[in-house]
Amino acid sequence: MKTMYALAICTLMLSAPAYAEDSQISIKDHLFTPSTLTISTGTKVTWTNHDQDPHTVVGRSTQQPFHSSALDTNDTYSYTFTEPGTYQYFCTLHPMMVGKIIVTAGK
Amino acid sequence: MENESDQKLINLGNQNRRDFLKCSAWAGAGVLWMLSGGIPKAFALDAAGKLPEGVSLAGNFHFVQISDSHIGFNKEANPEPIKTLQEAIGRINALPSKPSLILHTGDITHLSKPEQFDTAAEILKGLPAPVHYVPGEHDTLDEGGGKLFLDRYGKGTKGTGWYSFDDHGVHFIALINVLNFKQGSMTSLGDEQLKWLADDLRAVKTSTPIVVFAHIPLWTVYEPWGWGTADGAQAIALLRKYGSVTILNGHIHQVIQKVEGNITFHTARGTAYPQPAPGAAAAPGPMTVPADQLRSYLGITDVKTVQGNHPLALVDSTLV
Repeated sequence: MKTMYALAICTLMLSAPAYAEDSQISIKDHLFTPSTLTISTGTKVTWTNHDQDPHTVVGRSTQQPFHSSALDTNDTYSYTFTEPGTYQYFCTLHPMMVGKIIVTAGK
Repeated sequence: MENESDQKLINLGNQNRRDFLKCSAWAGAGVLWMLSGGIPKAFALDAAGKLPEGVSLAGNFHFVQISDSHIGFNKEANPEPIKTLQEAIGRINALPSKPSLILHTGDITHLSKPEQFDTAAEILKGLPAPVHYVPGEHDTLDEGGGKLFLDRYGKGTKGTGWYSFDDHGVHFIALINVLNFKQGSMTSLGDEQLKWLADDLRAVKTSTPIVVFAHIPLWTVYEPWGWGTADGAQAIALLRKYGSVTILNGHIHQVIQKVEGNITFHTARGTAYPQPAPGAAAAPGPMTVPADQLRSYLGITDVKTVQGNHPLALVDSTLV
C-alpha cells in the first residue's frame, strides 16, 4: 500500500512539471543527472549528492554566481534562478563533472 | 662506493618489464622496486612482509611516503580511516631502520574541517621523523580555499604553498596542483609555479637525485577521471636532464608506476580507502571491498636512495 502511495505521488510530481516550483538534480557516480535541465525563471534547483565522494556545484556565470560549499554524502545545495540564460556549472573537485541549466523567461 | 647491501639491492632480480607490470597490480604483502639504469626490477617481499635475505635498509638514507588519509571520511569504503592511519604509522615505526623524513602527499583530511586537521595532526605526531606535506584537493575545501592547510603547514613556502629542500644530497621539490581546477580539464600547476620550478632547478646539479612530490599525478594516468596534470609535461621537461628523478604522487589510492628515461613516476596507496583501477568502474569514487580485504589495498611506500649510483628503491607495503 505504501508503495502505491509513493508511486502515485511520484506520478503526480512527474506529470506536473509546469507547476513545480522546485527542480532536483542528482549527483551520483560523478555525474549530474539530468546533465542539462531546462526551467523557467523563479525555479529553485536543488542538487543532492548521493556519492561517497564530496562534490561541489560551481557556476561560471558572473550574472548568477552560484557556488556551493563541499557537499558530503546526502548534503544538498539549492539555488533559485531569477534571470533567463544558460548556466554552465561543474564540480571543482572533479572538473570533468559538468552540467548546464537553461533558464527560460516567465511561466 | 656504496656498501655491499646496496650492490645486492641493485643486482637482485632479473624480471622483465612484463613481470614488473604484473607486480604493480599485485596487492600482497609488498613489493620492492629497484631501478638500475632506468630499468625497473621488482620482486615480492616474503609472506611476513620482510625484505629478502641480504637486503637491508640499515645505514642508508631512506624516507617514507604516506598519502590520502582522508580523516573525517566515515562511509562504507572505510568507516575507520583514523584506525587505518594509525596502523600505517605503526608500520612505519616498525621498519628495520628509522626513516629520515616522511612525505605526506595530500588529502590529510576529507573535508578540510578544522577538527579533521586537528585529529590528523594529533595522530601524525606518532610518526618517527619530520613530515613534509602537500595539500590534496580535499585539504583546500575551507572558505579560504586552503588557508587552514597553509596556516598549519605552509610556513616558509612560496606562492600557493610550493617549496623545495635538500636532505642527504637529495633535492626534494613539493608542488601544488590542487588549486587550478577548470571546467572540463585536468588540474594544472600554473605558469607562476612552473617559472619558480625552472628557477629552483637552476642551482641543482644534474647528478643530484631529485624527488618531486605533489598530490595529483603529474603524468596523465587517466584523463577522463582527471587523473593527471594538464601542464605536468612542462614540469617534466624541466627535469629530463637530471640523472635520477622520482615523482611521487597520491590521489588515486593505488600503486601505479611508470618509467620514462631517468624519470620514475609512482603513485602511492592511500591509508583510507581504495579507488578503482583507471576506467574499471563507472566513476573514480571510493571503492568498497570486503572488510577483511581492505587492509591489503591500503599502505605506505618506503623510498631508499643509493648514494652515488642514483637508483632509488621503492618499497610498497600494504597494512597486512
